Amino acid sequence: MTRLKVLFAGPHVTLQDQGRPGHLRFGVPASGPMDRLAFRLAQGAIGAEGAAIEVSLGGLALQNLDEDVTLAIAGGGFIAEHRGKGTSWQVLTLRRGETLRLRPGFWGAWTYVAVAGRIQASTWLGAQATHGPSGLGGGRLTTGQILTIETPRTLPETAIPCPVTARPRSILRATPGPQDRFFSRTSLTAIFSESFTLSPAIDRMGLRLTGPHLPPEGALSIPSEPLLRGSVQVNGAGVASILMADHQTTGGYPKIATVIDADLDAAARLRPGDRLRFAPVTPEQALGIERLQRILPKTGRD
Amino acid sequence: MILRPIAGHAVLVAFADTISEAAHAEVLGLDAALQARPFEGLVETVPAFVNLLITFDPMRTDPAAIETHLRALRAPPLTRTGQSHDIQVTYDGPDLAEVARQTGLTPAEVARTHASGDYKVCLYGFAPGYAYLGGLPAALRLDRKPAPVRDVPAGSVIIAGGQCLITTLTMPTGWWIIGHTETKVLTDDPARPFRFAVGDAIRFVP
Repeated sequence: MTRLKVLFAGPHVTLQDQGRPGHLRFGVPASGPMDRLAFRLAQGAIGAEGAAIEVSLGGLALQNLDEDVTLAIAGGGFIAEHRGKGTSWQVLTLRRGETLRLRPGFWGAWTYVAVAGRIQASTWLGAQATHGPSGLGGGRLTTGQILTIETPRTLPETAIPCPVTARPRSILRATPGPQDRFFSRTSLTAIFSESFTLSPAIDRMGLRLTGPHLPPEGALSIPSEPLLRGSVQVNGAGVASILMADHQTTGGYPKIATVIDADLDAAARLRPGDRLRFAPVTPEQALGIERLQRILPKTGRD
Repeated sequence: MILRPIAGHAVLVAFADTISEAAHAEVLGLDAALQARPFEGLVETVPAFVNLLITFDPMRTDPAAIETHLRALRAPPLTRTGQSHDIQVTYDGPDLAEVARQTGLTPAEVARTHASGDYKVCLYGFAPGYAYLGGLPAALRLDRKPAPVRDVPAGSVIIAGGQCLITTLTMPTGWWIIGHTETKVLTDDPARPFRFAVGDAIRFVP
């Protein structure tokens, strides 16, 4: 058993495991990592199971109070300070008394700290993934908190190669609709031809964009309809958001498009101020991409 | 029944554009039929007012095969699908007086009218366990407040439009708070974590 003290945790720093799919009909999104590939790479690098720490742009500082334990950091181009300045994408051993500080570097919005051992955390509906808005699941990390690690292990320190597929991407493939009938021809052209910018309003529920005004027509009377991770929802003011891991499961704003699942991790790696475009694909093309994505060799554990 | 494929792993089945008892009955009917006879590769279904979202495993099926399966089900509409629940409620909400003023009733009449309603779980949404209950008596139909109120406690019984809801978390809401209940929709029981299923009937008992 070892204890990690949270010297500092920014907002939206939570424990996440692979998520709790299967409860959408009860208003519960799957949650889980914003960047699922980075989470898998961190877990896979040290054979970790269960929950890892998802670190936001707010950053995190940990101090080891007890036995040495190895950590794997993957995701984004974060700065990792531990016996000197390094980057995310490494396996390191945090010895008794040592600290690890993570803060944003040049790119990326989320990084993951996996632990060689098991983080003690509460479970909700069979998963430790934190549902950000309610705090249900493993929970948010708060400054001063102590994390208990069961069966801590140490492993050799090494770099984790950052695959090109773990980088951000500014072109997101999306299928039109399903509520495109509420938009003018101008808006339906604009969504796929103009560029958008990520606003500062990003969290685990979604990424709000700035860009072309997409006024919904007669949309205030839409009955609440089911939503997906990846839905591009447009509010009454004509502002689009991409719904992410902690999305609401139903909503009354129309969805002009839906980002395919294969591109959502890349979307999560964008930062406020980054530009992006949507590229139209048909549902048949999207199905083909999803199939290819699943046949390609997986990295880490699934 | 209109099917619309979404991204590479979902299909939205729509029965109407506007809310009606008939459209919701079609949704409940198809949802129940799919639970009884799922297709290979079905992941989950999400019932709403006029449509049903179906997510699927793209390695095991595709929208065309799903459409064939759905049409062959010939699912009959269902108005109620599940259990009935009696919910004890105390009509002591901070907005009871204002609801009375806007509806021209006394607070006691607001409570009586609310408790006379025959409610149904139409869908879940907004937050975990937020079950939207249709069936609010017409006399109590009010628009939402102009601005949401913060930190409304869990267990609040709130109304807006034609709907009623029991809150499960401390959250902001623009709905009118007319009472509270000790009954938890999120039950803490791993065998049945959500008290209501979509389609269940609800009565409020003062």
